[in-house]
Amino acid sequence: MSEYVLMSGNEATAEGGIAGGCRYFFGYPITPQNKIPEYMSRNLPEVGGVYLQAESEVAAINMVYGAASTGARVMTTSSSPGISLMQEGLSYIVGAEVPCVVVNMVRGGPGLGNIGPAQSDYWLATRGAGHGDGRCLVYAPYSVQELHDWTARAFEIAERYRNPVMILADAILAQMIEPCKLQPRGQPPPLDKPWAIGGDSSERPRNIINSLYVNHDEEEAVNRRIQARYDQAARDDLYYSEYGDEDPEILVVAYGICARVCETAVERASEGGVKCRLLRPISLFPFPSEPLAQWAQLAHKALVVELSMGQFVEDVRLAVEGRCPVELLNRTGGNVVTPEDVTQKLFDMAAES
Amino acid sequence: MREELFMAGTGGQGALLAGQVLTQAVLEKGLNVSWYPIYSPEVRGGTTSCAMVITDGHVGSPISGRPTTVILMDARSVQQHIERTAAGGVALVNASLAHEMPPVSDVRIVEVTGTDIAIGLGNERTTNMVMLGAYIGLRPVVTIEELARALEAVLPERHRRFLDLNIRGLQAGLETCQEATDDT
Repeated sequence: MSEYVLMSGNEATAEGGIAGGCRYFFGYPITPQNKIPEYMSRNLPEVGGVYLQAESEVAAINMVYGAASTGARVMTTSSSPGISLMQEGLSYIVGAEVPCVVVNMVRGGPGLGNIGPAQSDYWLATRGAGHGDGRCLVYAPYSVQELHDWTARAFEIAERYRNPVMILADAILAQMIEPCKLQPRGQPPPLDKPWAIGGDSSERPRNIINSLYVNHDEEEAVNRRIQARYDQAARDDLYYSEYGDEDPEILVVAYGICARVCETAVERASEGGVKCRLLRPISLFPFPSEPLAQWAQLAHKALVVELSMGQFVEDVRLAVEGRCPVELLNRTGGNVVTPEDVTQKLFDMAAES
Repeated sequence: MREELFMAGTGGQGALLAGQVLTQAVLEKGLNVSWYPIYSPEVRGGTTSCAMVITDGHVGSPISGRPTTVILMDARSVQQHIERTAAGGVALVNASLAHEMPPVSDVRIVEVTGTDIAIGLGNERTTNMVMLGAYIGLRPVVTIEELARALEAVLPERHRRFLDLNIRGLQAGLETCQEATDDT
């Protein structure tokens, strides 16, 4: 195990950013993700990067917009209330078709809420990017290792689609410590993206980064171009994992920390004679609707486990399209569903059929 | 083997540090491990706890509703958490600070006068190491030598001068529970 180091999810996320070539970080402190800016403030200058604590989340996301416009690998991180404040900026970034990475370590809400774990920003993450037809591509790691690896990978995906990528996790994944194998720190790619602004030093024709399209047809063309990229991401950058029995009675669907809880519950249910298959979406937008529909066809019923009031379950029901009944088990407000809760629910569901 | 450990106390008692030392030792031993801290927003005096999973298999859930072992460092922790101990599990209690036990069934309660032992060693603040030493007496997931090495790795530079005290704390705790090793 010597190649592994113990790291919190926050630290592994920050180091993942550096490994992915990020050299610019703009942010504003908020629990439970403060270890990320702390880590960046110490480590980014070491690799020739820039760490800047902005005066607010609104300022931070607009600094990200500016850096992204030059083709630089740039990220910001925050937690729920801070991500709300960034929505306007994200909409402009989507509209201007520039890439960036945003991490949301979700905490209890609404409002100021609390610093406990939650998944109640599911809609904000998957529908959000503020106003307009834009969305973020959203990836939901479920371990310290995956936080590291997906943050590193996010920059490449963001550049492929010229769109923000959001890494969605929660207060548990942010703060828990697990062994992590670190990727080497990558070099950022050259800035000379064909669309980027280069200032006076650029020799190519002048680019303009902008999200204002006065002409309606032009705006519609932009919307269709952005949508075509989302459609491509649904083909090329759709990710999910599966766990448990191949001949399931119950299909269990969960992402992030809930999928960890469900893995243990699925094992215990199997030991108790209830066959379950866990499908864990890693990409939340694009959403793995097809594999979900296939498993829903085989299973007699489905259970969705989430730390929100029934947000994620809506996407599952849209994918399942009535192939089997879908039940919801949830806790909110900073509380967590335990493996014991899920196991009991699975036994209860099996007993009903 | 799957051990779900929950350690709780009041902010400043060192439950989080003790958990991190154990986590480091378990990693070095080649087992799988997760450590998750839970604390209230107070700077001092709030409730503080950590949940750990130690296993030779897949960690899966890093949290547990029914931990197999709980280490409770004060009266408030005992009142709040002892009932969550899994059936057949162990509750290791700092009997220097917790005198009343809520009724629990099918839980083995082990009382160690952690704070008194730590004061005897010269510093109350090593209570956490006394409790951790007692823990490996009950659940020998790692050896005291492995814990001592982990302490060196985890202890911040500014606290290095307490290394020897902490190791003596581990030793004193282990001695209180060593006879119980056969049970596990």
